[in-house]
Amino acid sequence: MSQLIVENIRKSFHKKTVLDDISFTVEDGEFVSLLGPSGSGKSTLFHLIGGLYEPDSGDFYLDGKKITGKRGSISYTPQSPSLFPWRTVLKNIMLGSELFGKPDEQEARVMLEKAGLGGYENAYPHQLSGGMRQRVAFVRSLLSPQSFICLDEPFSALDELTRLEMQKWLLAIWGQNRRSVLFITHSIEEAIFLSDRIIVLSSNPATLKREFKIPFPRPREEDILLTEEFLKWKKEIYQELKVLQ
Amino acid sequence: MHKVIKAGWRPLLVIILLFIIWELSSTFFEIPSWLLPAPSEIWQEGVAGWPNYHHHIWSTIQLTVIGFSIGCIVGLMVAIALHLMPRVREAFYPLMILSQNIPIIVLAPLLVIWFGFGMMPKIIVITLVCFFPIAVSAVDGFRQTSQELIHYMKMAGASKGQIFLKLELPHALPSLFSGLKISATYSVMGAVISEWLGANRGIGVYMTLASSSFRTDRVFVAIFMIMILCMLFFLVIISLEKLFIKWRPKGEGNSK
Repeated sequence: MSQLIVENIRKSFHKKTVLDDISFTVEDGEFVSLLGPSGSGKSTLFHLIGGLYEPDSGDFYLDGKKITGKRGSISYTPQSPSLFPWRTVLKNIMLGSELFGKPDEQEARVMLEKAGLGGYENAYPHQLSGGMRQRVAFVRSLLSPQSFICLDEPFSALDELTRLEMQKWLLAIWGQNRRSVLFITHSIEEAIFLSDRIIVLSSNPATLKREFKIPFPRPREEDILLTEEFLKWKKEIYQELKVLQ
Repeated sequence: MHKVIKAGWRPLLVIILLFIIWELSSTFFEIPSWLLPAPSEIWQEGVAGWPNYHHHIWSTIQLTVIGFSIGCIVGLMVAIALHLMPRVREAFYPLMILSQNIPIIVLAPLLVIWFGFGMMPKIIVITLVCFFPIAVSAVDGFRQTSQELIHYMKMAGASKGQIFLKLELPHALPSLFSGLKISATYSVMGAVISEWLGANRGIGVYMTLASSSFRTDRVFVAIFMIMILCMLFFLVIISLEKLFIKWRPKGEGNSK
C-alpha cells in the first residue's frame, strides 16, 4: 500500500526556478514515468521527495502522511547503480534493510534467485557488467523496507540491446510484486513500454505539461514495441516534447 | 613463488650488481675499512657480532611496535574527530601540519628534559612521526567518499553514524593503508632517533657506540638492520591490507 501525492512543488536554486508548481499523484501499484528533456530538474524532484533538500513550497504525502523533508521514506535508485564496492552483491542488497536493523538474508537470497542473479551472491560489484549492477541496484530497492520506489534513469548508461533486456527484466520483476514506481527517463519508448501513465515535463523551469495514460495490457511483451498503436503513442508524445523545445 | 621470482629478479639483480661494484671498488681503490668497509666485511661483522647486538634489535622492535600502535590509534582518533566535526577540522588542521614542521631532532632532547630517559619521550617521538600520515590519509579517505553514495545513504534514511560506519570508514580503508605504510617505515626511524637521545639498548644505541669508536662496519650492520626492519613492518602492513581489502579490482592500486 503506497500512494504518493506531489502537491504544488516549487524549488529554485540561486534564484533560478527549477521546478515550478509540480503536482501529480502516483496510485498504489502504479508505474508512472516522468518524461522530460535532460536537465529539466527531474532528478531534483527525486532529491526533494527523498528529503535531501526541502522544497520552497508545496508538500509530499505518502499514504496520506506528510513526508516533506523527511529522509528514508522512499526507496531510491540513482542514475548510476551506486553499489558499495567493498560489499558483495548479497551484502549490497541487504543494505537498505540493514539501516533499519532487520536484514533478512533468506529473503535476499530468494530475491536474487528470482532476479536471475543466483550464483552471484558473493561477487563484488566490479566483477559484474553494467546491466547486472543495475539489476542488483534495483533488487536492493525492492528489498528496502520502504514500499515506494523511485528510479532515476536507471538504464541511461546501458547500450540499446542491454537496455531492452533490462526493461523486460524490470517488467517481469515488477509484475511479481507490483510496488508503486516513479520512474525518470528521457526515452519516450522506454516510458511507453514500461508505464501505466506518463507525465511529460517541460524544462527551464520544469512544469507539468501533459499526462498520457498508456492502455497496453500487462504483462507486456516486447512485440508491442512494433505495433501501430505503440508508434501512434510515440508520435503523440514526441510532438508534445517538440512543442516544449 | 614462481611469480615472485618473475617479478622480483630485476630489482634483485640491481642490488646484487651494486654490492659487486661496491666490493670490487673497495679492494681496487684500497679504501680503508674505517672509512667504507666492503660488503663482505659488513656481512662478517653482521654474522659474528650477532650475540652482541641481537638484544638491541629486539628492544628496537618492541619500541617500534608500541610507538606505532599508539601512533595509529592517535592518528585514527584525530582523523575521526576532525572528520565528524568540520569546525574543529578548520581550527586544528593547520596546527596538525605545523606539528610536522618541528624538527624531531630538536624536539627530542626537549622531550628528554621534560619526561626523563624512560619510555615516555621515545614513544612521544614515534607517535609524533606516525600519527600524521595516518591522520591525513584517513581524513582524505573520509572526505573523498563519493557524493553519490552519500546521497543514496541519506535518502535511504541512514543516520550520521551509519553513514560513517557503513560508508565513509570502509571507503577510507585503502587510503588509510597508504598512510599506514608510510607510518610503518617512519616508526622504525622514529625509534632509532629516539634511542640516540639516551637509552641503554636499541639499534640507535648500538649505532652511536659504533660510530664513536670508528667501527664503521657496525654502523653499516645497523643501517642494514634498520632497512630490514622497515621492510618487515611494511610487509606486515601489506599483508593486513590484502586481508582487509579483498574487494579491490585487480590492477587498480595493487601496490607492491
